[in-house]
Amino acid sequence: MTADLGKTPASLRILVFGYGNPSRQDDGLGPALAAAFETMDLPGVMVDSNYQLTVEDAATVAEYDAVVFADAATEGPEPFSFEPIVPKSNPSFSTHSVQPNAVMSLAKDLFDAKTAGFVLAIRGYAFEPFVSELTERAGQNLRQAIEFLSAAIRAGRLRTGR
Amino acid sequence: MSNTMTDPKRIIIEPVTRVEGHGKVSILLDENNKVKQARLHIVEFRGFERFIQGRPFWEVPVLVQRLCGICPVSHHLAAAKAMDLIVGATKLTPTAEKIRRLMHYGQMLQSHTLHFFHLVSPDLLFGFDADPTIRNVIGVAKKFPELAKQGVLMRKYGQEVIKATAGKKIHGTGAIPGGVNKNLTIEERDFFLKDVDQIVAWAQNALKIAKDYTTQHLEKLAPFGSFDSNHLGLVRKNGQMDLYDGVLKAVDSQGKVIFDQVDNQDYAKYIAEEVRNWSYMKFPFIKSIGPEKGWYRVGPLARVNICTSIDTPLAEAERKEFMALTGGKPNNVTLAYHWARMIENLHSIEVIRNLLNDKDLQGKDLVVTGKRREEAVGIVEAPRGTLFHHYRVNKDDQVTMANLIVSTTSNNEPMNRAVEKVAKDHLSGVQITEGLLNHVEIAIRAYDPCLSCATHALGQMPLTVNLFDAQGTLLDSRSR
Repeated sequence: MTADLGKTPASLRILVFGYGNPSRQDDGLGPALAAAFETMDLPGVMVDSNYQLTVEDAATVAEYDAVVFADAATEGPEPFSFEPIVPKSNPSFSTHSVQPNAVMSLAKDLFDAKTAGFVLAIRGYAFEPFVSELTERAGQNLRQAIEFLSAAIRAGRLRTGR
Repeated sequence: MSNTMTDPKRIIIEPVTRVEGHGKVSILLDENNKVKQARLHIVEFRGFERFIQGRPFWEVPVLVQRLCGICPVSHHLAAAKAMDLIVGATKLTPTAEKIRRLMHYGQMLQSHTLHFFHLVSPDLLFGFDADPTIRNVIGVAKKFPELAKQGVLMRKYGQEVIKATAGKKIHGTGAIPGGVNKNLTIEERDFFLKDVDQIVAWAQNALKIAKDYTTQHLEKLAPFGSFDSNHLGLVRKNGQMDLYDGVLKAVDSQGKVIFDQVDNQDYAKYIAEEVRNWSYMKFPFIKSIGPEKGWYRVGPLARVNICTSIDTPLAEAERKEFMALTGGKPNNVTLAYHWARMIENLHSIEVIRNLLNDKDLQGKDLVVTGKRREEAVGIVEAPRGTLFHHYRVNKDDQVTMANLIVSTTSNNEPMNRAVEKVAKDHLSGVQITEGLLNHVEIAIRAYDPCLSCATHALGQMPLTVNLFDAQGTLLDSRSR
């Protein structure tokens, strides 16, 4: 389910970036996780949230030692998966959004970022438009994801580029 | 969608297509294997208009942002403009008007910048037929890192402007019926002023790339997916470009005025929407001309074509150069959208710079009200084109009717024509080549269509092109 987290050096700057559309039911898992971390006020942890990732997030990511992209997963492991990211391009046809590995690739190429990147993919089940509430199962997955990530950060177990 | 087209009038778009939100192109050949018809199927969410019924009107400017994660500011402001009239606010305070304009032009800057650097510059810098694994923003970042960096930082600047004026990135609340809920602090102003001249210079640089490419490759670009069309958008009463507010104007392909000075509240007297049984998306047209010839283009190309001038000097000089290419008549070249988009991009940052130097942004008078109304229309020029929001509100403050015409809907017919033109010009044999896929993609991309209203996780935006013979048998299919 999870990657080896390693040991987090002291005084790291960590970005937790939850993305998705809160008005598409379980697509709101990322922003919901971000909202939860906003209230925790963990030392060294900044929280950001948006509908989707876009290219300018590369400039933000480059300012951190580690970034965790939290997103809804339409398939894959329950309750969530946590994996390191390999910077990589993802050509797209017309969308204005990009994937986490593309953001990491841009951060590395344009801003010489040494940031370590992770994807926290929280399993969702329903993505109906104009529904703001998470499904019950997704909500349970969210709680476990929050517990896992906050414990990892508090314990200093997030491997970084340092 | 079905895999056969025994009768092209009976294509079925299955619900899964609605969820995934991708672009699908169907090309139908005749008995001689020549292109008979090509259609672009885009999904549009119509459920919102039902969803919003019964909601209190003051929630609408926030609720409408659920429509689209790509241009939520445009929906936010179009709805707020309609709700201004519902609360009787026929004229906003200078602070409210200018804060909204700052938000809107910030949106225009970030959207146009992203489209150009992320999606278009790879085509221009590497060529239309370059390997798609290189012809993308990552490829630009590797080969032209300074240019890519400028694009990223310009986009970030626009996003920060939105955040400062709308309050937050998701479900911003800056615009409220009758005004705004915050001004711009001196600290925020100074933060943006620090970099604004740099952003202007970068916008000029981006415009030069688009302009030089267009003029240097005009022979190849001019016929590419191009056709004569009507053009529609908002302008000021004096004819100048205005992306936030104005009167409706439409001209034909030669620049003859079809209508002008049309009040936003009267849009339905001039524009109607046709339903076609093969598409969920409607086809708007100018009533006086009819559906056959009354369709029109919106967006940067249309806006530059219909305005008589631009009130910021750098963009105005560029507009004159753009219009000189066609002797002052409308430019009907589809790929000229990119050049026009970059003129607007430069205009947007010039407007932002002017606004930042305006003390009204720090004013305290934020909201007005007046005599309550029950019906109102709000129109803005969104990055992709004219965006119409029309509402009725009952005496209990509940929305009873909502009708939205989004810009991609207005460009529905033009995009279909562009795809058909490209298919006719570039299809060779009975196979979908990589080259054809590239050309279809580039023609659609010129319009910057929003194919992904309201979701990202499921919307990976593949483009699929299906080729059918005269009997409706699927001959070939390629996706990207």
